[in-house]
Amino acid sequence: MSQEKIGVYVCHCGTNIAGVVDVEHVAKWAAEKLGGQGVVVARDYKFMCSSLGQELIEKDIKELGLTRVVVAACSPHLHEKTFRIAAKNAGLNPYLVELASIREQVSWVHTDKAVATEKSKAVVAGAVARVIENKPLEEIKVPINPNTLVVGGGIAGIQAALEIANAGFHVYLVEREPSIGGHMAQFDKTFPTLDCSACILTPRMVEAGTHPNITLMTWSEVVNVAGYVGNFNVTIKKKARFVKEELCTGCGICEEKCPKKVVDDVFEAGLGYRKAVYTPFAQAVPKFPVMDKANCTYFIKGTCKACEKFCPTGAIDFNQEDQLINVDVGNIILATGYDLFDARRVSNYGYGRLPNVFTSIEFERLCNAAGLTNGNIVLRDGKTAPKSVGIIHCVGSRDKNFNNYCSVICCMQGLKFAHLVHERTGATVYNFYIDMRTAYKAYDEFYQRVLEEGTLFVRGKVAEVTDAARYENEKGKLIIQVEDTLIGKQRRIPVDMVILSIGLQPRRDAKEVGKLFGISCSTDGWFTEKHPKLDPVATMTEGIYIAGCAQGPKDIPSSVAQGAAASARVLDKILQKEVALEPVKASINADKCSGCRICNGLCPFNAISYIADDNVSNINPALCQGCGTCVAACPAGAISGTGFSDEQIMAQIDGLLMRNLEVAGV
Amino acid sequence: MNKYLFYPGCSMESSAKAYMESMNAILEPLDLRFEEIEDWNCCGATEYLGINLIPAYSLIARNLALALDQVGKMNGTDGTHTVVAPCSACYLNLAKADHYMQERPSLGAKVNEALAAGGLSYKPGALDVRHLIDVLVYDVGLDKIRSRVVRPLHGLRVAPYMGCMLPRPDYKNRWSDHEHPTELDDLLRALGAEVIEYPLTTSCCGGHMTQIGPETAFELIRRLVADADDRGADLMATVCPMCQMNIDAYQNEMNHFFGTDYHMPILFFTQLMGLAFGKEPGEVGIGMELVNARNAMARVGVEVPLTQEPAGPRKKDEGLPMPRRWTKREVEKEAVK
Repeated sequence: MSQEKIGVYVCHCGTNIAGVVDVEHVAKWAAEKLGGQGVVVARDYKFMCSSLGQELIEKDIKELGLTRVVVAACSPHLHEKTFRIAAKNAGLNPYLVELASIREQVSWVHTDKAVATEKSKAVVAGAVARVIENKPLEEIKVPINPNTLVVGGGIAGIQAALEIANAGFHVYLVEREPSIGGHMAQFDKTFPTLDCSACILTPRMVEAGTHPNITLMTWSEVVNVAGYVGNFNVTIKKKARFVKEELCTGCGICEEKCPKKVVDDVFEAGLGYRKAVYTPFAQAVPKFPVMDKANCTYFIKGTCKACEKFCPTGAIDFNQEDQLINVDVGNIILATGYDLFDARRVSNYGYGRLPNVFTSIEFERLCNAAGLTNGNIVLRDGKTAPKSVGIIHCVGSRDKNFNNYCSVICCMQGLKFAHLVHERTGATVYNFYIDMRTAYKAYDEFYQRVLEEGTLFVRGKVAEVTDAARYENEKGKLIIQVEDTLIGKQRRIPVDMVILSIGLQPRRDAKEVGKLFGISCSTDGWFTEKHPKLDPVATMTEGIYIAGCAQGPKDIPSSVAQGAAASARVLDKILQKEVALEPVKASINADKCSGCRICNGLCPFNAISYIADDNVSNINPALCQGCGTCVAACPAGAISGTGFSDEQIMAQIDGLLMRNLEVAGV
Repeated sequence: MNKYLFYPGCSMESSAKAYMESMNAILEPLDLRFEEIEDWNCCGATEYLGINLIPAYSLIARNLALALDQVGKMNGTDGTHTVVAPCSACYLNLAKADHYMQERPSLGAKVNEALAAGGLSYKPGALDVRHLIDVLVYDVGLDKIRSRVVRPLHGLRVAPYMGCMLPRPDYKNRWSDHEHPTELDDLLRALGAEVIEYPLTTSCCGGHMTQIGPETAFELIRRLVADADDRGADLMATVCPMCQMNIDAYQNEMNHFFGTDYHMPILFFTQLMGLAFGKEPGEVGIGMELVNARNAMARVGVEVPLTQEPAGPRKKDEGLPMPRRWTKREVEKEAVK
């Protein structure tokens, strides 16, 4: 017989629960039948989560001296914290509160009232049996290092770094490429306002590059992350630039004199050239060039060194090596961005086979004044201006053969291209779309504007782009075969140029990067946020935040907003000076541990280490997030989860099966 | 010597004799041995599946069941579980039956019930169904093929025509691409031929529309022939008897229909392989085609002896006249009675 005094509170959740479950009956039943388990009071209430509902619990704790509380309501994800705080306010250890989910697991998934009510009783009985085994737990407090690591120097990362730096805290901004700026630096204009992308971006880049609170580390990658929220130790590989940053003035003579010219697949998207020693673009931050070892004549043949000969400050250093740098930070923001869909995968659109099929990023470079053609929109021959252009939306997106999701930016991007082509060449422009998605401020107005400019819109998924002419007027053109779903007919539209509005994809190495930082990816490969609506920049790992397209496809304003949001969350943490860690942790019983190390590799948070001297594994409680993977995996049963002990689980199962009640003769 | 089970299909013995002869001619140089499935029957082509699925799949599966029986009799060398079909329609039907019997166990059970009447059974997935070109490119390999070439087809401009049935639907992920597969291109290049860019490589040849809607078929044939001609092809190379027949046998009628005068020979890829391996035209069935490839062959220095009159207008039937066919109205009238 339990010595505990347990209160059971059954929530109606309006009609969410009460519409299917007879909540009053459940409360009454608990009061009558679970008395033997220690239930001294059971109540039902319309909204337990309301202030009045919480006060009800607090009052009972104080007046009836409750030692355990069970709230039968929604999933613990939503209101566990609410009721724990209420218990704490009334002087009860918050971990002696148990939530029984009778909404997500009962009322929302059942229609039969009688059955749902019976199941609710079982769930409540399970929670009561379990809560008896709950132990009072104390939160762990750790101090927070005020420094922050921002990974990725695109617009989201730059924004996050600047916000934190401006608040007076130090930021390490790490970028894989030679310059910060990200994809935005490649664009010509931004929708819907048509500002010059570089003109609005470069001031931010310069600010980030010169900010006293920002340590900028480009041409660098994070290779190891140790520690936990508030106390991360991060190893960053600073790749050899072969240029001494302390001597280089960024004059550009080395680049000018370098005899080796190669196609630039990264910044120019293959539609332009760079030297073997290069800065990717004129406004690059930092101004120091990098040397591309794979293409440098000296590294290949052992002679040349033209750059070294001409460098006025002697900044070239062929002996430079990769450096590993350790930094301590309290929080990390991942703004690692996206990759573009490889248009060659849609072979019926002919990219890579038909010369005048371009991708959207190629077109950005084509119409950018800093690009290869000085902003002239021309065909692949480099001189002919197109008289007609077809822009195909949703290439690789919203397609079960490729990516199921919508890439968000492609519709507006297609409209922007239509406007630019129209403005600069006067060509006839067709847009082929499935659905036109122009949500957000001033976007639909831009669509209206492009419509009025005379761009032709065809609703239908393009079947094929081909150069196989069927009729005289198609000779020498690219023919777009499409079902025009508005008139219900197949159409063949001959054009000179085709632009594929290609979708966004997670970074190729997103999974590995996620593992490095101990966060997970969705099935599509984007980093998973803590809550899709209410916590979009936090992750399930404390101290790791995400921003920008790393979390999912989004436009520039949304990326900037997320960068700022993530930095606000980090500042919040920094200003608290210490962080309370959830005490739900796994721990290893060293006597039972055989040192097999199965758990070490399984831990998604890198919390388990092996102590060779004692031949046992050990869990760092600050790092452990209480996920339970190791508990389930341990062949010796040596690991138990605080808050999820075997006793608790077995008691809950007994309760669910009403086994204890039978013994008690109910 | 690699052994395979071989399902010839009906056309290899009739309209596509040239395919059969040329295939047989290249087996030995490539160390291949094909063992014909004994007592095989028609795959049902494209018609039967549209009428009644169970008999259609049973007909197809009978061949698979026979093949599986025969596996036991062969020794366990490479490729014993592989059935090779040279015809795209046969390949597709065999692969389709195998796939759907596996995907839908109820169908598999019904088909096996039918097979049991003949004392046969087939366990879906037990065999690998593959097309001839798949085996040549991926099992034999282009290097080996290249090494057998003694008469490179330099200067011969070939339009590679895969046809629509081979790469789609690709149940086992065998092909490089579903819209623009490159297997035929690569193989022809290995023979030394100049392969032209041919965007219509997987477009339809008209299939049996030549029988039920000739105008539709003519348009489809015209597109294929016209594009190959525009791009300066000397001839087209195909992997499918149906494609070969439509483009070869109906080209003349198509020309009449549109008032054009295209002359685009179409040969089986195995004929070109045989030629490159040094076989004489007669050994690989060159000369059997209706749109003669004599000019194209001359480009690689091969003289094709005159074996037939050039295709002219069709001869009139010499038999007695047939009774007039019923009109649609008459059919309805009969039905009322």
